[in-house]
Amino acid sequence: MTYAIECRQLTKTWPGKPPVEAVRGIDLKVEQGTCFGVLGPNGAGKTTTIEICEGLLKATSGDAYVLGKNWATQGDLIRQEIGISLQETRLSEKLTVLETLTLFRSFYRSGMEPSEAIAKVSLQEKANARIKALSGGQRQRVAVATALVGNPKLLFLDEPTTGLDPQSRRDLWRIITEFREGGGTVLLTTHYMDEAERLCDRVAIFDRGKILAIDAPQKLIANLGAQHVVVFTVNGDSASSLAEDFGADLPGVISARVESEHRCLSVREPHIAIPALLALINERGLQLTSLTTRQATLEDVFVHFAGHRLNDDETGAVR
Amino acid sequence: MSSSWKMHPVNQLFLARFREFIREPEAVFWSYVFPLVMMVALGLAFRSEPMEAISIVVQDGPGSEALKATLRESRMLIVSTGTEAECRQQLRAGQSELIVVVESLDGVSGYRFVFDPTRPGSVYARDAVNDVLQRAAGRQDPVATTDLAVTEPGSRYIDFLVPGLIGMGLMAGGIWGVGFAIVDMRIRQVLKRFLGTPMKKSHFVAAIMFSRMVFMIPEIIIVLVVSRFAFGVVNHGSYLSVILLVALGAFEFAGIGLLIASRAKTLETVSGLMNLSMVPMWIGSGIFFSAKRFPAFAQPMIELLPLTPVIDALRHVMQEGASVVQILPELGLITIWGVVTFIVAIRVFRWE
Repeated sequence: MTYAIECRQLTKTWPGKPPVEAVRGIDLKVEQGTCFGVLGPNGAGKTTTIEICEGLLKATSGDAYVLGKNWATQGDLIRQEIGISLQETRLSEKLTVLETLTLFRSFYRSGMEPSEAIAKVSLQEKANARIKALSGGQRQRVAVATALVGNPKLLFLDEPTTGLDPQSRRDLWRIITEFREGGGTVLLTTHYMDEAERLCDRVAIFDRGKILAIDAPQKLIANLGAQHVVVFTVNGDSASSLAEDFGADLPGVISARVESEHRCLSVREPHIAIPALLALINERGLQLTSLTTRQATLEDVFVHFAGHRLNDDETGAVR
Repeated sequence: MSSSWKMHPVNQLFLARFREFIREPEAVFWSYVFPLVMMVALGLAFRSEPMEAISIVVQDGPGSEALKATLRESRMLIVSTGTEAECRQQLRAGQSELIVVVESLDGVSGYRFVFDPTRPGSVYARDAVNDVLQRAAGRQDPVATTDLAVTEPGSRYIDFLVPGLIGMGLMAGGIWGVGFAIVDMRIRQVLKRFLGTPMKKSHFVAAIMFSRMVFMIPEIIIVLVVSRFAFGVVNHGSYLSVILLVALGAFEFAGIGLLIASRAKTLETVSGLMNLSMVPMWIGSGIFFSAKRFPAFAQPMIELLPLTPVIDALRHVMQEGASVVQILPELGLITIWGVVTFIVAIRVFRWE
């Protein structure tokens, strides 16, 4: 079968002193009709990879096929069949929503009526309003509508919900879900774990220009071997001198780490691990000041593979 | 739907540019009112009127009262008096064109003229005053002369200025209008977003060019109409030639604007580049005064500046009634500038 996207050994190196290897050998297959999530911290190579797939950047080496076509020879055909929303596009503030969509529609051989695209993102009431008068969430919906107006088979969304309020995020999730239900394929990047878990059939975890893991979100979490996380804080004379992996040896615990003020244990069996933890704290003469448990998330998957937290912005691309 | 003209990408891109333009009142004001203000101001400042009376100053001293009385006989002269220091001050400040001093050389009384030979008014005042004094002393002119006053239409400063201002509007509108719009779209990532659609680059460029030509039409009409009714400036050539020149000029400067903006990533960069490219034309292409005033070695360079052939040809047509054939060399040069800049701009254009 033809994949919606297929990348083979993709690399991208920006010239410079020293050169920056933004993407270092990516293999990726996205099946048609699925939603694929690209996760990772800033500088992990997410945007570079997606822009190569969108035909906006040329790979340094490797191949990228979109809908079975090659960018090098069939770029014009691919562009007719994809819709993209960049991480940051400021559409002209002086044009109305309808004018903007009519403009984008004119670029495509076939597609939907501009008013239909507006309806898909529920902005009918704002059709004749200028972009200037729209909120951030509404602007983002217009940006997605410009991606939909050419009736694409494949939708690229680069951080579609970054910086949006919860209601606007849910609006966009609904738009994406409806597009999927119509048979479309979606490739989105995000650094919101809940977004990926909710929308994506499969996710790839990116870090430093490489893929650390690819699978369905639930499988990635299950494969951790620890589906629960115990989060706690302690106080006392020796609290500041505790090892990073305090509690890692306790029964039922897979691993331990420090996350800002909290300590986290990845736990297979909370009913065994928690009493053991309490006993250890008592034995060391510490006071427990907080204790909560939660389900493991993709964030824990990321930490497990990358060895650092997802939103540590300083990780950057490997130089 | 996509086959109709309304949904043609060039039309839609043009409409987008057009709407952005007319929805920005400041841009409209500066495009259309600025050249007008300039024309009216300069037209009034340099209006052609009979030469005004000349201000001169007589330096206080023995015999200065008699000299003043003699000079006041002439209606051409406005005479004041002052000490030596005051006289110098008046000359320096331009309040007087000439200082006349009574002096005696070897017992013979005479006059000394103090003036600035680089100031045309000063030189003229010297000759006029000399004439008055010599006649008062009894000089007889050996040859009889008579005066016949004529002022040819088309030869006034305003007639010279209007084609220059039209050229200036074409240059400023094309370079600023296109340059800023492109860099603004690049900063907003709109160019990059367009690159992700099937939009043809040639359509984008054609829309930029087309919109520039359309925006020029009201500007030219306003300048021509106001200069006609306020200053009586008439076009001695055909309007078809003027339209052809304006259209080609708009095309040429849209190309130059596109080239200047083809790689700039910030508004600061593009502003600098635009100023850099416009200054030689502001000075050298003869907007306000004839480019022939520059020394001969500079003329070949001046003639190759993109604005020079536009203004030269407009003047040939409007002032001298030249035909299209007579301005073919200029039309050719304008076309070359436009075509070459467009081609190079598209080649080096940065979409993100």
